[in-house]
Amino acid sequence: MLRRLLANSTLSCDMKKHRNPRLFRLLALCSPLLLAGCGMTLLDPKGQIGVENKNLILTATWLMLIVVIPVILMTLWFAWKYRASNKSARYEPNWSHSTAIEVVVWLVPIIIIAILARITWVTTHELDPYKPLQSEVKPITVEVVSMNYKWLFIYPEQGIASINELAIPIDTPVNFKITSESIMNSFFIPQLGSQIYSMAGMETKLHLIANHVGAYDGISANYSGGGFSGMRFKTLAMTDNDFQQWVAKVRDSKKVLDKDTYASLVPMSENTPVTYYSSVDAKMFESILHAPMATGMAQQHEGHENHGAMDMKGMDMKGMDMKMEMKGAGTDAATAPAAAANVQNGQSMTMAMDNAGAHAMHAGTAAHAHKE
Amino acid sequence: MSTLFGKLTLEAIPYHEPIIVGAVGMMVLGGLGILALLTYFGKWKYLWNEWVTSVDHKKIGVMYVLVALVMLLRGFADALMMRTQLALAHNSGGILPPDHYDQIFTAHGVIMIFFVAMPFMTGLVNLVVPLQIGARDVAFPFLNTLSFWLFVAGAALVNLSLGVGEFARTGWLAYPPLSGIQYSPGVGVDYYIWALQISGLGTLLTGVNFVVTILKMRAPGMNLMKMPIFTWTSLCTMVLVCAAFPVLTVTLGLLSLDRYLDFHFFTNELGGNPMMYINLIWIWGHPEVYILILPAFGIFSEIISTFSGKKLFGYKSMVYATAAIMVLSFLVWAHHFFTMGSGASVNAFFGIATMIISIPTGVKIFNWLFTMYRGRVQMTVPVLWTLGFIVTFVIGGMTGVLLAVPGADFVLHNSLFLIAHFHNVIIGGVLFGYIAGMNYWFPKAFGFKLDERLGKASFWCWLIGFYLAFMPLYVLGLMGMTRRLNHYSNPDWQPWLIAALIGALFIAAGIGFQVLQLVVSIKNRKALADTTGDPWNGRTLEWMTSSPPQFYNFAEEPRVHDIDELAYRKEHGIKSDLKTSYAPIHMPKNTGAGFIISAFSLVFGFAAIWHIWWLAIVGFVGMIVTFICRSNNDSIDYYVQSPEVVAIESAHHQALAAAAKA
Repeated sequence: MLRRLLANSTLSCDMKKHRNPRLFRLLALCSPLLLAGCGMTLLDPKGQIGVENKNLILTATWLMLIVVIPVILMTLWFAWKYRASNKSARYEPNWSHSTAIEVVVWLVPIIIIAILARITWVTTHELDPYKPLQSEVKPITVEVVSMNYKWLFIYPEQGIASINELAIPIDTPVNFKITSESIMNSFFIPQLGSQIYSMAGMETKLHLIANHVGAYDGISANYSGGGFSGMRFKTLAMTDNDFQQWVAKVRDSKKVLDKDTYASLVPMSENTPVTYYSSVDAKMFESILHAPMATGMAQQHEGHENHGAMDMKGMDMKGMDMKMEMKGAGTDAATAPAAAANVQNGQSMTMAMDNAGAHAMHAGTAAHAHKE
Repeated sequence: MSTLFGKLTLEAIPYHEPIIVGAVGMMVLGGLGILALLTYFGKWKYLWNEWVTSVDHKKIGVMYVLVALVMLLRGFADALMMRTQLALAHNSGGILPPDHYDQIFTAHGVIMIFFVAMPFMTGLVNLVVPLQIGARDVAFPFLNTLSFWLFVAGAALVNLSLGVGEFARTGWLAYPPLSGIQYSPGVGVDYYIWALQISGLGTLLTGVNFVVTILKMRAPGMNLMKMPIFTWTSLCTMVLVCAAFPVLTVTLGLLSLDRYLDFHFFTNELGGNPMMYINLIWIWGHPEVYILILPAFGIFSEIISTFSGKKLFGYKSMVYATAAIMVLSFLVWAHHFFTMGSGASVNAFFGIATMIISIPTGVKIFNWLFTMYRGRVQMTVPVLWTLGFIVTFVIGGMTGVLLAVPGADFVLHNSLFLIAHFHNVIIGGVLFGYIAGMNYWFPKAFGFKLDERLGKASFWCWLIGFYLAFMPLYVLGLMGMTRRLNHYSNPDWQPWLIAALIGALFIAAGIGFQVLQLVVSIKNRKALADTTGDPWNGRTLEWMTSSPPQFYNFAEEPRVHDIDELAYRKEHGIKSDLKTSYAPIHMPKNTGAGFIISAFSLVFGFAAIWHIWWLAIVGFVGMIVTFICRSNNDSIDYYVQSPEVVAIESAHHQALAAAAKA
């Protein structure tokens, strides 16, 4: 279904008629009547994925109302008709079994769930966040890093980056590669559809598309601590020309995103204003992604014998802003070259504090011996 | 950091936070007031002998419910604060500082699940199940008192966190890496861990206790398919407890190792993986919610059958449906994190498994409806709660199946739609069930009924309040509002949040009426007295005892013929006559060991939280030593002799005769 939907880059009302079977069209027509004027973002999606999400919500709801409405009516009706004061109703105190009823109450839900199960199987695969969208338009890639408490967007193809502002061209598939600096978040643009968790040391993927120009709210949908409520960004879906102008505007910025700038972003901050970076280190995302694993991998290679370089316990870090050279944490031959490379790349570790005295440790751009 | 006091300093007491100081002040004053009253009326000995050291399942059950109701007040206060904050915090900071708010929503969830719903359930199961199966007590009475006091120790720790230190700011399941030592370096998560570990131990022991009790101590003739339906649901629940709670203990244990000993199970670095925690905690967490709802289902079955004057429809399929739900509840945990990226086939499997649970659940609902069908339904307070439950729960179940579709969940996960769903099923299902059960079994426990009018007022306030408070949340979820926000900027959200606050105020009125109901009923207890032990024309064995029951429950083990044994006896004119002598009855002695071990556990937990190592050792050693002393104590039981039994039984028979004449 999705494949056919995205065969053309622009979706118009006409397209909707062709692809929607009658039932879904009926559902789509009915729902605004029921929910008119409520401003419900999820039911007014601006991108194809969101349309699919919404259709599922409506379909599942209607299927279940087949059972739910009769049940509610029966409850009220039986309670009323068989109330104790109604002596005219039949009273059969020992009637407690009926095969016919059993068959119906097992079968009808089984059938409904079987239908829903098939829909679930198909749509779960179709809407798999990792599944690239089928389109003739060339996708753009955006790398996303959830930080404390802001969103960093890196455009590897354009070589720019921004904080808390995501610009994308409409009708263009966007391939998101997502990770977290530390705490788990969830990358979510409600008006465009599906969300996915962002986790440190791991890369998750999301594929979305905006089909209408507009400015959409973006949030984190997984609580990550004190600044969570302010962790918002704007998604600007714009025409291709406007998008090129936006890229040019970002390239005008005096700021660049390199290891040091990134390190300065790591400490906890809230309500960070939109910031543009006119250039970004080529391997920035990869280094963020693998940063927490660096010591882990190095340790594993050494067979956990040498904890020296990374052992910060017992050191009083309060107020210190340290840069440390990591001199290769082991004697193992396999890591020695990597370690040497580490030193060469000017490894730096910055310790930063939040007001609770926590150590937001981030091993900068520590290279690692593994490629995933 | 000192050796004597660990991390504990005077700074731990939040002098400068007026709301906390107010709350703690009220709690302390309340506590002191109770102590003063106890001293004034000279009730210390009574309290110790009759309640604290009691191993009687009925008294333990009552104490569980009492503590649950008190904790409901605290959990609900948290809810009121949250609703107020959100109604006000549009483009403003509201009335609560953010780090305070974040503790409140965490505490709200923890208290409501672990310290209100669980003890309420455990209390009712304790009170009723041994009576229903014709037994004299549970299989392990000492473990029972230990379980209760361990639970109290956990509750005490949660309450202590308000005044000394802080609570976790992580949400009720405390996901790492946020809950790891790096991002939660304070004591909050440690309070969370130890409160749950200690009370969780109590719960696990209860699980063992009741599985054994139900399987081994049924009265002669009561085979499994003749058990009352509430006993069936309790059995399935306790099997779930035995299987699930060890997972919680281990998971929190691993988190403790990360926090205390620099292990790396769930950290971002050194090989740790937070996704492991999420899987483990939900492998516990999903069965947990079935642990909460299954007994409520059983309660509704008992109530609707009794007050319809009719046999429960489809007893066999009720049993199979309950067992199916029990098994399936272990196969669905990943639906709590479809958005973590498990892949389409995995997500689809768990989604479909989740939907399948709605089939046996639907069967149960139809069975309740057909129990009413061709019955004579008395609109008592318990029945009102049951009807409210059926209507409300199906809506909650529907949104649950909706959320079980991963493609839908991708936009609804962690939104207020999710919040509305689980409150829908927990309040509409679990809480309505336990309140109904409380009204239903109150006369059995205390010998007088609860006031009907105030009960009905409470019900209507709760019902209207629930819908007003939570239907707007479904809408807000669809409007894109996520959970755990302490302020927001979208003006469209505010009217709905204000409506939700008004709903919460209705619920507050409902709770107020419940308190009033208790007070008035106690005052009018003579007029409301249950003299026969069977105020509702009941169908099961607990209504054969006096109200409150004889302390040994049954002078003779009843011989069981059929399902709804008491209804069978009434139908066939089978009575148990007063005998001139009875065989001696074997009963357990009271013991303070449960209380003392738990007191030491409280000391241990507090010390572990504050890193006061010497005190932790004292607490731990105290627990072990007391347990060893108890184990070596041979004088733990006694026999009730015939004359005493005869005296008690003849009083009961006289009351029955007097009521028959009236």
